[in-house]
Amino acid sequence: MFRNQYDTDVTTWSPAGRLFQVEYAMEAVKQGSAAIGLRSKNHVVLACVNKSSSELSSHQKKIFKVDDHIGVAISGLTADGRVLSRHMRNECINYFYSYESQLPVGRLVVQLADKAQVCTQRSWKRPYGVGLLVGGLDESGAHLYYNCPSGNYFEYQAFAIGSRSQAAKTYLERRFENFMASSRENLIKDALFALRETLQGEKLTSSSCTIAVVGVGEAFHVLDQETVQALINEFEIAGEEAPADDAAAPDQAGDSESGATAADQATPFDPDVAPMDM
Amino acid sequence: MTKQQANWSPYDNNGGTCVAVAGTDYCVIAADTRMSSGYNILTRDYSKIIQLADKSVLASSGFQADVRALQKVLAAKHLQYQHQHNKQMSCPAMAQLLSNTLYYKRFFPYYAFNVLGGLDHEGKGCVFTYDAVGSYERVGYSSQGSGSTLITPFLDNQLKSPSPLLLPARDAVTPLSESEAIDLVKTCFASATERDIYTGDKLEILVLNASGIRREYMELRKD
Repeated sequence: MFRNQYDTDVTTWSPAGRLFQVEYAMEAVKQGSAAIGLRSKNHVVLACVNKSSSELSSHQKKIFKVDDHIGVAISGLTADGRVLSRHMRNECINYFYSYESQLPVGRLVVQLADKAQVCTQRSWKRPYGVGLLVGGLDESGAHLYYNCPSGNYFEYQAFAIGSRSQAAKTYLERRFENFMASSRENLIKDALFALRETLQGEKLTSSSCTIAVVGVGEAFHVLDQETVQALINEFEIAGEEAPADDAAAPDQAGDSESGATAADQATPFDPDVAPMDM
Repeated sequence: MTKQQANWSPYDNNGGTCVAVAGTDYCVIAADTRMSSGYNILTRDYSKIIQLADKSVLASSGFQADVRALQKVLAAKHLQYQHQHNKQMSCPAMAQLLSNTLYYKRFFPYYAFNVLGGLDHEGKGCVFTYDAVGSYERVGYSSQGSGSTLITPFLDNQLKSPSPLLLPARDAVTPLSESEAIDLVKTCFASATERDIYTGDKLEILVLNASGIRREYMELRKD
């Protein structure tokens, strides 16, 4: 594009007031394989596509347990994601050591966002090239956050990041209003359906995806392959229908076009607006 | 003009006794629940035992503030281990970690006298006994704390093999059954309570075996 003049380092503004290095970092997130998060009142489900570089290799780990009450799904540079997960784990351990109670999710994402911001304001650093879907439980309930390389973070009812995530977002936008009251099983099913949307025709099997759950009375854990395959079989045998809505609400998303509680725009990428200004 | 002596100490001794006995497929870890300071009793109901991992239980007597700090450090280290290795620490691994943690403070030690009990890689009982700065050894049984001078000779009498030259060579574990070991431990504490003023009130016993972990209590003399 025409932005090559001002994109050499992260500490250079463009005349339009954009930091192109940060935007390029967010592009890296879009190139990663899809990751999806949804939450209800008492549960958060994280799901991701298992992409491997070749048939011979194993897939990269994209869902990490951060603590009993928090887990994270990443998309983008998985190495950056691994390092940030380790940082988050240490933050939780240190907080528990000092206060003998669990680090609230909202606090963790702020710390993470501040860490990411540092990398947007140092000439010798580069932004992290990974987007994180942080799902967790604390005293104020179940939460799902998205942390992006710009240092911004948003809370969501449901969200998807990575390649072909728009298909999943479209599915989630249709159904997100029911999620708050959703049961754990239906939430997982919705995650699987949303994940299937990103596969665009490829078969959804338990080996091509990873699902993790955290909830009230349920520590964060990754579901094993048998459980996931059983769930997939259940709804494929029952037909291609999405699970019945708990509240029997119509498919219309109503006045809100997005599945987010923040102002995430579902409209196509506007080249004149810096994405981190949303 | 006499030299002024130090009149403040960072340490205090809260008394108490800990014992652990290893068997062929179990481990018994026990400690009294009395916490004292000088001639005063601070509480009759304080646990000196903590389960650090699936198969590792730590009992510590000495200065309980240091004991608590040590327990927290070990618990945090164990959590990091689990994140890295995707599994729990084994008892021998925890034993080494405890030794390193204690030596780390070689020049301002944890005033903690530890006995670590659990099951090893083969499922056999193991007991590790420590000094305040981390010197440790795997043994079949051990006692630490204010009543240890009373209990150790008794355990030697009951459990120690008469000579290391005796054939067939004896294991580091005792030949007792689980219930026999528990009875022996109860006897130890009942006797120690009689003569050691810092030991008494209640006995907390943890039994670790293949089916999991079990907790038992026994009343001791309160005087």
